[in-house]
Amino acid sequence: MVINWQAFRLTIELAVVVSVILFVLGLPLAYWIAFSRRRWKFLVEALVALPIVLPPTVLGFYVLVALGSRSPLGRWWQSLTGHTLAFTFTGLVIGSIIYSLPFAVQPFAASFSSIDGKLLAASATLGASPFRTFSKVILPLSVPGLVTGAALVFAHTMGEFGVVLMIGGNIPGVTRTVSIDIYDQVQASNYAAANATALLLLVFCFLVLTVVYGLNRAPNRKTWAIGPVK
Amino acid sequence: MPTPAEPEPVNPTLTGRIRKTFSSTERSFTLDVEFDAAPGFTILFGSSGSGKTTILDCIAGLVAPDAGRIAVGKRVLFDSGLHVNTAVAKRAVGYVLQDLALFPHLTVEQNTEYGLAHLPRSVRWERAAAMLHEFRIADLRQRRPGEISGGERQRVALARALVTEPCVLLLDEPLAALDSPTKSKILDDLRRWNEAHGIPILYVTHAREELLALGERVLVMEEGCIVAQGTPHEVLGAPLQETVAQLAGFENIFDATVESVHQDRGTMTCRIMTCRITTGLPVGDAGSFVLLETPLIRAEVGSHLRVGIRAGDILLAIEKPVGLSARNVLAGRLVSLESRFMTILARVECGVEMEVHFTLAARDSLALAEGREVWLIIKTHSCHLMRR
Repeated sequence: MVINWQAFRLTIELAVVVSVILFVLGLPLAYWIAFSRRRWKFLVEALVALPIVLPPTVLGFYVLVALGSRSPLGRWWQSLTGHTLAFTFTGLVIGSIIYSLPFAVQPFAASFSSIDGKLLAASATLGASPFRTFSKVILPLSVPGLVTGAALVFAHTMGEFGVVLMIGGNIPGVTRTVSIDIYDQVQASNYAAANATALLLLVFCFLVLTVVYGLNRAPNRKTWAIGPVK
Repeated sequence: MPTPAEPEPVNPTLTGRIRKTFSSTERSFTLDVEFDAAPGFTILFGSSGSGKTTILDCIAGLVAPDAGRIAVGKRVLFDSGLHVNTAVAKRAVGYVLQDLALFPHLTVEQNTEYGLAHLPRSVRWERAAAMLHEFRIADLRQRRPGEISGGERQRVALARALVTEPCVLLLDEPLAALDSPTKSKILDDLRRWNEAHGIPILYVTHAREELLALGERVLVMEEGCIVAQGTPHEVLGAPLQETVAQLAGFENIFDATVESVHQDRGTMTCRIMTCRITTGLPVGDAGSFVLLETPLIRAEVGSHLRVGIRAGDILLAIEKPVGLSARNVLAGRLVSLESRFMTILARVECGVEMEVHFTLAARDSLALAEGREVWLIIKTHSCHLMRR
């Protein structure tokens, strides 16, 4: 079998890094979306959802421009490190974070806002600060949403193609992910290799999602009643 | 020798003046009340939508009034004039919400300790344990809310609110879903707790029996206003307003005119009018009308009143009874029978149409059916008079 293990390792590394960062970034953003009463909240919601509808090439193009040496951000990074962000692993991470942002924020925000407001009111009347309410009530009750969000980000990053191609190019060991490797194999008419890699990716992603949804079954949801027996 | 500082009264009174308007496209609702609640139970009594829960939300700080002032003793929680609006978490107001809002992922013990986060672990544990013991739920401490009964959840919710030693306790229909024995046991425990602590307890309900069981003082709410206040007996025994009467469960309410006054016997005779009379149409039997003997109130002959009679206070007989102490015996005919929750709701035409309640067994043993001639027996003191 001619599976490109290097590409696999790189892809998993990228997916893990992006999942961890988006988990941390996604929580406060989702909290704000779920509970803010600002009038312009809808603008932020639309912005967060944008990567779902945009072609990855459009997103990748603008990220590439933003990271390149002509943009202020690119110049700043270059003066700091001596090289541009484009065609590096870090650049790939940044692009993937933007690309997968809605897959973290939307499930998080949905599970935050589905929590009964009475529980939050009760927490406040018992003297809890908003942060305590968040960590002791909102987070524990949102575990299924958090797991779903993290899993979606992971799987989505595992399989992304367009953004990676635009930002990362195709540098073995640095930016050549599994999906790009498969593309290369197909271009070179190595269908057997392409099939092996593709099948492995398919099985792997399926397993990850199976484990997540299996864990998420919430065995005793029914016993989580909060009020009097009706 | 230094003179001791004048002690702040141990049990401050809750005082409130609240105005709050909710507007939507369909309707707008204005709450406009002024009240005070001394240590002990004060009951907010009224139908749903009358604004009882909004008052509690304002005191707890979950809803900000448009204008007014809320204070416990000298501690101001809200004052629109002074721009004071203490944060919910800093009010020290115990609030048991209508559906309890126990934290489903925490055990009974963790729920009870939730409001004590600022204390060291040992103190926290000790106080929670004492409170769980006092409310008889110590053996449930490792269970989650989903694994205990409704009455037990109620106790947990009370323990969780009271363990923080609040300066005021707000209870929103806390016992609505419980059966009477469970209810009265919980009320006993709560009353015993408050004998030691003596804080104002605002208790929202629309259940008559809770009113009579608890009532020291009642505020009757209607459409965002307090329409009556006093002891339960004052509020229910001599209802002045028809809204109160409907709340108090009078199925039969009639317009009446005072026919004669019997000062010596402490009674009056009132002529009952049906809706048909008031609309100017003659009653079935021309010239017949219903006279009722009622308790004496301060009213002159010819004055217009309303009479309320509970359907459950009316006795029904299939032969004309003799030798009764009840003063009102009316001949009538059963118009309809309807069975609801093991009770028969019957309508009897006796010059006016009255609703009468009795049991399934009574229906069967007396062979009551539509069209049957019956006699209605109503005690003088079952006729409650009110102004109109």
